[in-house]
Amino acid sequence: MIRRIISILLENEAGALSRVVGLFAQRNYNIESLTVAPTEDESLSRLTLTTSASDIEVEQITKQLNKLVEVVKLADLTEGDHVERELMLVKVKASGAQRAEVKRVSDIFRGQIVDVTSSTYAIQLSGTSDKLDAFIGALSESVVLEVVRTGVTGLSRGEKVLTL
Amino acid sequence: MNDKETPNNSSSDPELLSGGDALVRALQEEGVEKIFGYPGGAVLHIYDALFRQNLIEHYLVRHEQAATHMADGYARATGRPGVVLVTSGPGATNAITGIATAYMDSIPMVVISGQVQSHLIGTDSFQETDMVGISRPIVKHSFLVKHASEIPATIKKAFYLASSGRPGPVVVDIPKDITNPADLHPFLYPESVAIRSYNPAQRGHSGQIKKAAAMLMAAERPMIYSGGGVIQGEASELLKAIVTALGYPITSTLMGLGAFPATDAQFLGMLGMHGTVEANNAMHHCDVLLAVGARFDDRVTNTVSKFCPYAKIIHIDIDPTSISKNVAVDVPIVGPVSSVLTEMLAVIQNRPEPPTQDQTAALSDWWSQIEGWRAQNCLAYETDENLIKPQQAVQAVYELTKGQAYVSSDVGQHQMFAALYYPFDFPRQWINSGGLGTMGFGLPAAMGVQVAFPEAQVVCITGEGSIQMNIQELSTCSQYELPVKIINLNNRALGMVRQWQDMQYEGRHSHSYMDSIPDFKGLVEAYGHVGLSIKTPGDLRPGLEEAFSQKDRLVFVDIEVDPNEHVYPMHVAPNGSMRDMWLKKGVRT
Ligand SMILES: Cc1ncc(C[n+]2csc(CCOP(=O)(O)OP(=O)(O)O)c2C)c(N)n1
Ligand SMILES: [Mg+2]
Repeated sequence: MIRRIISILLENEAGALSRVVGLFAQRNYNIESLTVAPTEDESLSRLTLTTSASDIEVEQITKQLNKLVEVVKLADLTEGDHVERELMLVKVKASGAQRAEVKRVSDIFRGQIVDVTSSTYAIQLSGTSDKLDAFIGALSESVVLEVVRTGVTGLSRGEKVLTL
Repeated sequence: MNDKETPNNSSSDPELLSGGDALVRALQEEGVEKIFGYPGGAVLHIYDALFRQNLIEHYLVRHEQAATHMADGYARATGRPGVVLVTSGPGATNAITGIATAYMDSIPMVVISGQVQSHLIGTDSFQETDMVGISRPIVKHSFLVKHASEIPATIKKAFYLASSGRPGPVVVDIPKDITNPADLHPFLYPESVAIRSYNPAQRGHSGQIKKAAAMLMAAERPMIYSGGGVIQGEASELLKAIVTALGYPITSTLMGLGAFPATDAQFLGMLGMHGTVEANNAMHHCDVLLAVGARFDDRVTNTVSKFCPYAKIIHIDIDPTSISKNVAVDVPIVGPVSSVLTEMLAVIQNRPEPPTQDQTAALSDWWSQIEGWRAQNCLAYETDENLIKPQQAVQAVYELTKGQAYVSSDVGQHQMFAALYYPFDFPRQWINSGGLGTMGFGLPAAMGVQVAFPEAQVVCITGEGSIQMNIQELSTCSQYELPVKIINLNNRALGMVRQWQDMQYEGRHSHSYMDSIPDFKGLVEAYGHVGLSIKTPGDLRPGLEEAFSQKDRLVFVDIEVDPNEHVYPMHVAPNGSMRDMWLKKGVRT
């Protein structure tokens, strides 16, 4: 089982997303993360999802996705070199001595503090999922109040593009 | 869906039509002659539009499930999409089993369902159900119509999707306000349709086809395994030409029966769970397997890891997802069966060198081995002086219909007896729910065939369990005078369930009895039909002769058959290979 990032150009139509998600449930595939938004061409959405699958399984998954009428094109980004990013916002307790420590760890990870109160910080961090995991690990658990992550998005390196 | 439609070039201004009239007109434009349905609040505007025209004939069923099976039988027999019209809520949910049945067997179908008014969607309003949602996993595609002006293009797309590529059911859900008679829109029916995200393969890869042909021609123990795709893809004649040119053995799935003539000596009978000894053994021992329009279903392969251990596999299919889904193949060819087989036949006919002596000798050894398996006569059964054997009844039906009838079936032992003991020589002759295995399919499907071919002899071979799942359709048969012949192999049991309980549960017949079976003769007479009851082997032929002599009447023949009969051969499971079979009670290979 290898982690895969599948990137899909989807007709930007009501119900299209539910077909993609429904397919995963119906065929017993897993989705670890999912992100979707319209593209610069407003008739299309770009959907990125991560799943764990063997080579044989991912071949079935991509074929089944392609079979959905509203899927225009797709690519398994993990097949080649690619750039991937995930965005995370973390709200942490930041009072007393913790305040400086949280700031220090955030700086090390190149986080940005995007909201401040007398007792909390909200930190924004982007990078690979591993890096985000590492950041959470580096903050002592007791200070983390809330974590939100966007899920992975990405594109292929070099000339390769996923467009019409 | 971002596509280009070319409207009709008419000089005059387009006609103004309501959504309901536009829908009916669109169906006419598609050449629809018959539709099967049941009215209700959400489709009243559409029913009114139907009333005011006479090109399309509507068949009123007694349960929406039957409408879908009728449309399905019509589609299987003609190759044209079956059309269904149901109301929202319960009408739509009643149609679900039939949609799933069509989906599993890749049958072209367009299902139009009414929906509550647009502004009520999502409010749990009266007879509201999320039809697009509930049908999503069992349709090829679906549409929720948002505006009356979308109707022509949506219907065009629905028929195109249902019948192109790998066919399947398409749902078009239409809120009631969209068909409002007071709301008029210009009607322009698109001449063509292209959907940018949908491009089914038009032909196979020539290099792969050549490679496959070479592999086939070099085979020593070749085998051909054909499926429903050959029938759907109208490729029966091509298949016949290739099999004849090569002189190779061929088997068929349950869904593919009739694509190759069953009475031909090269045909080894059906394969799979209840396949013949010769077909299953030839599969197991072959060195090159050509799979055409078949999908390596688990009812065929038995344990996948033991499937065709010596074979290089060639697989032709229109649907890329079918390839290497269950069984890894060596030469995949994605494309329409007819175009791929045309190319393959040309390669075979222009074979550079004739087969070598060694090859000819190997093929003749292979045939001797196959004839050895065939000589085991695995379909033989013991007759009884007092009890009618179900096999015997099917054989009598075959003889009396001279092998020419359309035969539909339900699900159970009777279905397997029909598949094994009625040799089908023509494509589309055998009408059966193979993929979903839907009890209750047989009668309405037979009715759909009869609607398509009023003069044809249509037989439904069923069981007393299955027939009761849609028996209300006897009323529809009276209304439209559909002279279907129903052969009820009455074993007073959910026989197939009982067989498994005999074999795997030490004969504990948990709920496989039918304790309170109706008097079928009386029942069908109440519906205005002819009922016959046959109880002894001596009455079998005369009774059936009488039934078939009543050309214009529906005759229900209730045949009391041996309740203890099992279907054999039967794959040994779990962990068996294709050649591991039970041959009769307690005897296995
Ligand atoms: C709708 C539906 N429910 C349950 C089943 C499971 N099932 C398969 S065969 C069978 C028994 C069928 O009995 P009958 O129609 O009398 O046929 P027989 O096997 O006795 O010939 C059942 C219950 C099914 N295939 N379809
Ligand atoms: Mg029965």
